[in-house]
Amino acid sequence: MSLEIKDLHANIGDREILKGLNLTIPKGEVHAIMGKNGSGKSTLAKVMAGHPSYEVTSGDVLLDGESLFGLEPDQRARAGLFLAFQYPMEIPGVTIANFIRAALQARLPEGEELEAVEYYKSLYAHMDALKMPRTFTSRSVNDGFSGGEKKRCEVLQLAMLKPAYAVLDETDSGLDIDALKIVAEGVNTLRSPDTGFLVITHYQRLLNYIVPDVVHVMVDGRIVRSGGKDLALKLEAEGYDWIEKELLATA
Amino acid sequence: MSATLDDNTIETTTPAWLAELQTAALKDYETTPAPTRRDEAWRYSDLSALKLDTFVEAKPVESEGRLINSSRGLDQTAAKLVFGNNALLHADTASLPAGVVVAPLDVAARDHAEIFRRYFMAQPVELGSHKYAALHKARVTGGTFIHVPANVEVTLPIEVFHWVEGENASVFPHTLIICGENSKVTVLDYFQSSDNQRAFACGVNDLHLERGAKLNYVAVQNWSPTSLAFHINSTIVARDATSSALSLNFGGGFVRGESLSRLDGEGSRSEMLSINPLDGARIVDQRTLQDHASPGASSDLLYLNSLDGTSRSIFAGLIKVEEGAHRTDAYQKVRNLMLSNDAEANSMPGLEILADDVRCTHGATSGEINEDELFYMQARGIRKEDGRRLIVNGFFQSLLERVESAPLREYLGIKVTERLGLPV
Repeated sequence: MSLEIKDLHANIGDREILKGLNLTIPKGEVHAIMGKNGSGKSTLAKVMAGHPSYEVTSGDVLLDGESLFGLEPDQRARAGLFLAFQYPMEIPGVTIANFIRAALQARLPEGEELEAVEYYKSLYAHMDALKMPRTFTSRSVNDGFSGGEKKRCEVLQLAMLKPAYAVLDETDSGLDIDALKIVAEGVNTLRSPDTGFLVITHYQRLLNYIVPDVVHVMVDGRIVRSGGKDLALKLEAEGYDWIEKELLATA
Repeated sequence: MSATLDDNTIETTTPAWLAELQTAALKDYETTPAPTRRDEAWRYSDLSALKLDTFVEAKPVESEGRLINSSRGLDQTAAKLVFGNNALLHADTASLPAGVVVAPLDVAARDHAEIFRRYFMAQPVELGSHKYAALHKARVTGGTFIHVPANVEVTLPIEVFHWVEGENASVFPHTLIICGENSKVTVLDYFQSSDNQRAFACGVNDLHLERGAKLNYVAVQNWSPTSLAFHINSTIVARDATSSALSLNFGGGFVRGESLSRLDGEGSRSEMLSINPLDGARIVDQRTLQDHASPGASSDLLYLNSLDGTSRSIFAGLIKVEEGAHRTDAYQKVRNLMLSNDAEANSMPGLEILADDVRCTHGATSGEINEDELFYMQARGIRKEDGRRLIVNGFFQSLLERVESAPLREYLGIKVTERLGLPV
């Protein structure tokens, strides 16, 4: 069981961003992708989730062997893929409670109603763990939230929806160290043999708290190096130049 | 008009002065020309919708028991009245504080003649529907008279249901509210069809707030989707009084709403809110006037339309700051959320300022659903159509945040959610 990305090519407009990307995330593992701005990290996340602005020109993404392409974004989510957004959208007038409820309701068979009491019990328990005040349930989704509140709200949704695979796109951006710890702890408690994680980040810092099994380096739309968590530390210490030099040398 | 509707038989119980008023009103109706395309007050409207000749006088309702049972609103009310085809079917006024009058019009005209005469349709109709207001005045039998004496607070809301039943039936719902000095009251009017038949509703509501009074007025309009409806409103706000009026236009095929707020004293305040989820081929045509007649008053209008199918919204609003109405604070905003390429929104905001040192803001915006918001919802597994409905619901719920009372806000939120076909 894995999330498998095979020779993925994708464009925005006429510009090719992903240029033959290969990656396999087995269930139960945490993989990290590191890369400079503009390397295509966020594009990868959005393409997997089915954002309409990107065009996949070739390749495939398989979730437990089933292709995600040809599925609408909501079908992909219900199939078990979750994307934590780098910039979560603000949706005025839609409360967090109603939003998550609608997402859970969408996963039930036609005609079956979500049990409200159980739902709130579970919602409150996850909010408590993320140190989110319960008054947040009646606040509009991300509307006027601080950066840290938005990311906590993403992790809350992750916890409530329990996907088979979760892609976290720059979940550390805009977080101070306290918020980062809370968010990382939230993710760590969800680590299990039933869930695969892909953590996309710009900085090594997050990986001190969410310790990955495998680290991948992305340059210009491809994975160019993979290794253990030491690779992340080396990138932190030495930057990306040495990789780019090595790539040039072998080219 | 059919002979039945034009037939001017006045009930024998009507006081002579009212019978005279009604006879004169019928003449006024007959001699006032119908609106034409050249009439600015009817610009962009659908004049073909105004043909009244197929409508007939409503017969007494057949399903009286069912209508009374279906008149379900808030859990607790201070008073509840139910009208069916202009006739009073049910009245429960037992929980009203002493001195507060909630009575059907005919009773009020008899028992409270002096105050009734002073306020009954005393305002000129300036926003285009003079003719139809005259028809209302001539034909009105059912409706509510509410008088809250000075310094009385009615803590629980008063609810009034107005039903129409039968093919081409005509109803003339009326609401007259007089809030005495420093009184406080909340009134909900429900306008509903008993069946799916086309009907004609021609309603007037006049709200009078004396010094320091506070009124919350909500109209939940849910006529059948082929019905023709007029809702003509005037609100007169005296010094330091605050009116908050909200209309929810859930139904009707062609709905013409006219709403006038006159700020008639320093420190007076009027809030004018409207929620209009439009679908099918429905048309909602709304004309408003924020008339600042005295200095130091404020008015705040926010109308929200969502437009699906081939629906149309027309909005023409004027902020009028009269001579000497200095330190006016007036706000007017219309927002159209376009859900279909075949829907159309016409917005005509306007200003007329004859005083100095005023703050007036007005504007109209039209936009579509933000695709990134929709993608965000889909990325959580929510189907596109449900996501759209959630976003439309959110658009309207944001306005409800202005409703001061938490239980009322929650209740109206559920009404809107249900109207959009979402689970509550």
